[in-house]
Amino acid sequence: VGTIASTGVASPPIDVSGLPPYAFGHRSVIWWGTLGMIVIESTVFGLALASYYYLRSRAPSWPPAPLAPPGLLWGTLNTAILLLSCVPNVLYQRAARRFDLGRSRLWLAVALAFAVAFVAVRCLEFTTLNCRWSTSAYGSIVFMLMGLHSTHLVTDLLDSLVLAALFWSPKVEARRFVDLSENGDYWYFVVLAWLPIYATVYWAPRLL
Amino acid sequence: MAAGAIRLPASRDQERAELEQTWRVGPGFWGWLCAAEHHEIGKRFIVTAFGFFLAGGVLAALMRLQLARPNNTLLGPDLYNQVFTMHGTTMMFLFAVPVMEGLGVYLVPMMVGARNIAFPRLNAYSYWLYLFGGLLLYVAFFVNVGPDAGWFAYTPLSESLFSPSKRVDIWAQMITFTELSALAVAIEILVTVFKLRAPGMSLSRIPLFVWAMAVMSFMVIFAMPAIMLGSTALILDRLVATRFFVPSQGGDPLLWQHLFWFFGHPEVYIIFVPATGVISAIIPTFTGRRIFGYVPLVLSLVATGFIAFGLWVHHMFVTGIPQLAGSFFTAASLMIVIPNGVQVFCWIASLWRGRVRLASPMLFILGFFAVFVIGGLTGVMLASVPLDAQVHDSFFVVAHFHYVLIGGAVFPLFAAIYYWFPKAVGRMLSERLGAWHFWLFFVGFNLTFFPMHVLGFRGMPRRVYTYAPDLGWSTLNLLATAGAVIMTAGVTVFLVNVAASRRRGALAGDNPWNAATLEWATASPPPPYNFLPMLTVAGRDALWDARPAQPVVTGLRSDVRDVLVTRVVDAEPDHRVTFPNNSIWPFLAALASTVMFIASIYNPWGAVWGSVPILVALVGWFWPKEEEFRQRLEGEDPKWEPSLPRA
Repeated sequence: VGTIASTGVASPPIDVSGLPPYAFGHRSVIWWGTLGMIVIESTVFGLALASYYYLRSRAPSWPPAPLAPPGLLWGTLNTAILLLSCVPNVLYQRAARRFDLGRSRLWLAVALAFAVAFVAVRCLEFTTLNCRWSTSAYGSIVFMLMGLHSTHLVTDLLDSLVLAALFWSPKVEARRFVDLSENGDYWYFVVLAWLPIYATVYWAPRLL
Repeated sequence: MAAGAIRLPASRDQERAELEQTWRVGPGFWGWLCAAEHHEIGKRFIVTAFGFFLAGGVLAALMRLQLARPNNTLLGPDLYNQVFTMHGTTMMFLFAVPVMEGLGVYLVPMMVGARNIAFPRLNAYSYWLYLFGGLLLYVAFFVNVGPDAGWFAYTPLSESLFSPSKRVDIWAQMITFTELSALAVAIEILVTVFKLRAPGMSLSRIPLFVWAMAVMSFMVIFAMPAIMLGSTALILDRLVATRFFVPSQGGDPLLWQHLFWFFGHPEVYIIFVPATGVISAIIPTFTGRRIFGYVPLVLSLVATGFIAFGLWVHHMFVTGIPQLAGSFFTAASLMIVIPNGVQVFCWIASLWRGRVRLASPMLFILGFFAVFVIGGLTGVMLASVPLDAQVHDSFFVVAHFHYVLIGGAVFPLFAAIYYWFPKAVGRMLSERLGAWHFWLFFVGFNLTFFPMHVLGFRGMPRRVYTYAPDLGWSTLNLLATAGAVIMTAGVTVFLVNVAASRRRGALAGDNPWNAATLEWATASPPPPYNFLPMLTVAGRDALWDARPAQPVVTGLRSDVRDVLVTRVVDAEPDHRVTFPNNSIWPFLAALASTVMFIASIYNPWGAVWGSVPILVALVGWFWPKEEEFRQRLEGEDPKWEPSLPRA
């Protein structure tokens, strides 16, 4: 039984000095970290949705009379904005993989504008939910779902703002383009997570 | 590309000197606050968790003293409620999970041959959050705001109508601290296992301890969100009058139980699975033979991880759930016996084939077998609805889960301490004191908890602060208290052993047990960069399987924290990445989070304005520091840096 320490360095070493100092996508460490965050938050969303339907199964009517379901206008508009925001997102991710600073900046700025628009319309959404969190468990879980998603939205917006500041600073370097690319992946999650929440909050009370 | 395009040291000696400088924890108190180094953080997790273990143990001893005789008046009912709630909360949230994570943080990077854990600053942040959350709980307890609604905080008891003081809010917010910390550590461990393994360590060669830590991390990722969502809903019910658990307003107290146990049952396995990793690490070393059944052991771990999420309703058999659900969850609860049985038989086969060396770690492993199997058997009993309905909320259940948790986690944990203490400290623990520790603890444990089975059958309910003398419970309770005294003596011997051996124990050397995993291939205690040279792996038992000319890895920079990233499945070298230096920002971010979490208990708007300092801290954390930035770029091959316009 030998140990590596005692066997020395007899055979030719594996020289890794020629490997790149960063990598995109699933090769990178940050991609896996982001994926971990996404899985955690998806679980939170999934459990919150399950709680919604659990509470609904306990209620004689849903939403409990005399409440009306949330108004469709702002939520639907916001869904459209969110889906459209994937376009600049795709474009800045592509630019990032080519280390194209100009286009990265451009499409990141456009994506930020979409996120700001989304937050603004989200404020309007809250005015037409037609319930309060303290009215009943129905109101509580609707606000929980909306609040959870809005928290993700705001944190991702702030996060992107900081990243944008970095991209306009002299501290931008090649490996920051990996960060930018991963930031885009996280945004897809924020978009995708919204779809079942939208379907639940706005359509479950009408269709189910 | 020719070597030398990046800045590399001229000689092995220069490399060692540079690595020492690059990876070290800074000097003094400031350096201590800034540390982002996995041995340091791992040790802090373990030591802090042991501190809470002792605190939780003192609380347990207080309960045993109160119950030693009927109509005792040592603790009043209010204080008793706080004490059992604090005991459960401490042991589950502040001891069992963090101590296992601490083992993972300390050992996993070394076992896979990495220089540090992935996301080292997040690692530091996780520790500070955990520490502050634990301190919050104990400060609250000492000013009479200790939680008193049980470690599970069942609604409606925990709602403001029945628990109007701040006690339950403290509990709910302590959850936020510790679970956030646990989730972050889970990601760090998983990414370390996936991406930072030494070349050659393909998935089928990962040590079983590392597999166990990976499965634990997966379970944390899927289980902890449930308790975070639940405790958030609870604190919102209490603070801003949401109605999640208020039946008169369409809420449902059982929703709390579902959310709690969807976390709470996997939690048991989150604690047990790492312990199985300890067992699988120790048995080959002390039998001198490879583990029997590597593949079935890995599959059992994964199966346990999955099935653990299908059992939670067996905690709710007496809540009036439909009969079909009762049958389903009985079946699922029995099913988890299969992978656990496979594990136990693989270990027995490993012991059978080898020549067992009865050193302290092995004593505790054998103790585990005896105690855990008894706990498992009562677990099979409790999985069946009719029996559970009889003994639910009785001392039988208390006996059962202490056999499972102390047997399944604390015995292996002590084994782990005796096994890895020489690596971490460089000195051996005393074998003589180790044997005393084991026997006192083992006898004391069984004397404390075995009588509780009988007490449960005789009808003694859990969580009562006293009982009348004519109920026939007095003798067994006194016996249990006597056992607790003996257990305490055992733990005291352990503390003496640690204190004495830290300075005067026999020197350990690199590999005192002749073990097979990579952490034994470096100095004891290990240097902050773990390995020089970086190692490669040729088999499951890395050191036993190393070929006479096993290649090493060269070409990592030593002037910055360069780390080799490998591919997920085959661990072939893929790229290098520079890890961040030590930093004060994780500490500041944890401090800001603490202010926000505590402020929001007293004013809901605290959650809003309290977020501003957190944001500031996170920006400070992320923003590149001038010196770090310049040093990294100057030593790097310019071809990796596309020409960017510089301001």
